[in-house]
Amino acid sequence: VFDHECNKTVDVREIGTIIRSLGCCPSEGELHDMLAEVEEEEPTGYIRLEKFLPMMTKVLMERRYRPIPEDVLLRAFEVLDANKCGHLTKEELVKYMTEEGEPFTQEEMEEMLSAAVDPETNTVRYRDYITMMVVDEN
Amino acid sequence: VSSSCSSSHALREGEAIKAAILIQRWYRCYMARLEMRRQYALSIFQSIEYAEEQAQLQVYFIYQFFNSPSDFNTAGSDVQLLEYERTIEVPDSYHGPRLSFPLTVADTNSLLHAFKDQQHLHARYVLQLLHETKKLLKQMPNIIHLSTSYSKEITICGDLHGKLDDLLLIFYKNGLPSEENPYLFNGDFVDRGENSIEILIILFAFLLVYPNHLHLNRGNHEDHIMNLRYGFTKEVMKKYRSHSKKILNLLQDVYSWLPLATVIDSKVLIVHGGISDTTDLDFLNLFKRNKVRDHASILLPLFCCTERTHDPERTDFVEYSPIRRVKRCLPGQDIAVKRMTRPSSSSSHRRRYTSDLLDVGEHMCLLHDGVNSGPLLEAQYLESNVRMPSVPSELTAKEWKQVVDILWSDPKNQNGCTPNKVRGGGCYFGPDVTARLLKRYNLKMLIRSHECKQEGYEISHDGQVITIFSASNYYEDGSNRGAYLKLNPDLIPRFVQYQVSKCTRKQTLHQRVSVVEWSALKSLREKLYSRRSELIAAFRQYDPNYTGRISATEWASAVESVLHLDLPWRTLRSRLVQLAPDGSVEYLSCFNDLEIEPAINEVQPALVETLYRYRTDLEIIFNIIDKDHSGLISIEEFRQTWKLFNSHLKIDIDDESIDNLARSIDFNKDGSIDFNEFLEAFHVKHNACLRKKGLHGKRMRWRTRSMVLFGEVIS
Repeated sequence: VFDHECNKTVDVREIGTIIRSLGCCPSEGELHDMLAEVEEEEPTGYIRLEKFLPMMTKVLMERRYRPIPEDVLLRAFEVLDANKCGHLTKEELVKYMTEEGEPFTQEEMEEMLSAAVDPETNTVRYRDYITMMVVDEN
Repeated sequence: VSSSCSSSHALREGEAIKAAILIQRWYRCYMARLEMRRQYALSIFQSIEYAEEQAQLQVYFIYQFFNSPSDFNTAGSDVQLLEYERTIEVPDSYHGPRLSFPLTVADTNSLLHAFKDQQHLHARYVLQLLHETKKLLKQMPNIIHLSTSYSKEITICGDLHGKLDDLLLIFYKNGLPSEENPYLFNGDFVDRGENSIEILIILFAFLLVYPNHLHLNRGNHEDHIMNLRYGFTKEVMKKYRSHSKKILNLLQDVYSWLPLATVIDSKVLIVHGGISDTTDLDFLNLFKRNKVRDHASILLPLFCCTERTHDPERTDFVEYSPIRRVKRCLPGQDIAVKRMTRPSSSSSHRRRYTSDLLDVGEHMCLLHDGVNSGPLLEAQYLESNVRMPSVPSELTAKEWKQVVDILWSDPKNQNGCTPNKVRGGGCYFGPDVTARLLKRYNLKMLIRSHECKQEGYEISHDGQVITIFSASNYYEDGSNRGAYLKLNPDLIPRFVQYQVSKCTRKQTLHQRVSVVEWSALKSLREKLYSRRSELIAAFRQYDPNYTGRISATEWASAVESVLHLDLPWRTLRSRLVQLAPDGSVEYLSCFNDLEIEPAINEVQPALVETLYRYRTDLEIIFNIIDKDHSGLISIEEFRQTWKLFNSHLKIDIDDESIDNLARSIDFNKDGSIDFNEFLEAFHVKHNACLRKKGLHGKRMRWRTRSMVLFGEVIS
């Protein structure tokens, strides 16, 4: 899908998408580490399949960076929900996502909000949101 | 107390950060998978699109077969404007715009108004407009030089492809063309969309009113052969019936006079496609561009020479051995490298989408006939060895290649210049090619169009190449944005994006991707279905014991060997076919949900499949035969069409079946067939169980491209 030159290379910027499409769920930091393993000594901007394949095979065999189960995700939202009211305000979500952890870009934030915010209450009813996302995926 | 408070606070903070990271991780994963789906949906659309582009060459020869040379000869007397007025009457009942020449802003306004109301412009005015446009364009050089010093900014738009809504949106956002608001439209105004003729009318009208402030570059779709295949010819025929032939002919002239390139402030080069490592702007500026008329199509290298003469400048036709590779005939010419395709003498010769544009040469024999005055064309693949009259070309190999390169090439990220195998013409040019050309002509950047980009534009080659594409929702609702760029005297581009949308509610990315993906997969499933017999034969080769299952790799191989779409089959397999628990593919399941419903009885399944598969070709040929555009052809013409097709494509259906078919289609037994009705009868039914792959509970609109007319609407 990403080998546009048909020469078994992909742009380094697509590696994250590729790894995640294969069912792995690394954090940005973990992704960075993986990238370091497959990059050329002198970065060319491209990743070659022959370097990528062994690394990725190992990751998949060792079942590293497994996807996050629904209940774990739910608990994560509950942690952010300090008042335990079942929803987050838009501002709270934005604050956490753009200021903490591995912050979102503005684009990522906007996209999440467009799906997560319930237009009627203007809050993020995270339980419903998670359910919807999981169903959409499947 | 305070210390325990702060430590518990710190603990909670730490938890919150961990939670945030988890959510971000999950979200990015989700988005990546969505991105993957979006990418392969677009590559499905693109593959199918480009594969069709190459299949045109058959259409051209058949077109030639049915048309006499005089049809091409419009070089004749310059019909005066008044002649049109005299010969074509505009009835009083016509309430559309009435143009008066020379055109003024009043005319352009009335045209815009009329087209917004979905009116048509009367044929007489269309012809007059084209006539005047041709007159004006003839005075222009091949490469136009513009300057930004007279105005603040120039607006540059890319492909429009008949999408009137996008043009109107651009005018709405950016203002109408005028002396203070100059525009450049970079080709591909027509084909695919439904309002190609209206777009041309608007652009040409503004060109006549503001000849120094409205500029047009020729695109690869400004070509009558492309129009035959991609819908513009059909649109004109439908809207203009008996006048369509005149209009289309005059249009060919107009196309040939469109400028090939524009240069702004001697610094910015604008062409429709791109460049190659042999692009020579000085050369391009000098030759007679209107020679590239019947031969502008990538499919038509009508010049060849023997090994005796190696002069690429030779323009007359001499005997050419079909075995000889054209590359050797024209040494020193940087012609696309030929790839060996299967020899035409093989008994299993079938229509193949050749990716080598010069393959045509292998099958053609250009002969000087001592008896007749002009050169003749003999098409070898036609069994009957029909001798067709041809138009002598004065175009040299070099001229042809220079034009094809600028209209068809695409940039690539890696260095070098390789033949553009996907499109069948032009090159892929790398950053080094760009850098060299810009340096040679002291230019700053290259602006081009030709490729659909998700954001409507793309910057590549380190800022030296900009792609601008102005048809939003090109493949499907939500597939991409359109954009235009504004260039100020500092030559710094500013981009404006937009998207025509019928839906007022903003959709999430997921919804948008799902719609596009769904549409792409649907097209692909139909393609699979149309090659059903061949596919099953290919699958069975891996499954001699008829277990119904083969491995994923085998399945991918088999599918690619039949369809030649170069798609990521393994990635797509879960969307196209059922998988067994052990991962193997149940190969017959991809045909499960589709069936063709022939409305005509007594038609064998094999014939049904063939008719369905070649539906678009048959339609095109039919439209060519139907000279008076009545929608009817005689049974004899139907037989003739079919026989031509049969011999040309080596389809194994006997004459008797065709006769039976013809008789059964002639519903009222009057000896003529309403061909469109006949074609409409072969539609594909998508079964309900496909629904569960769509968006749950959401509205989906089915839009199929050329074939199906009775698609279901799911609500």
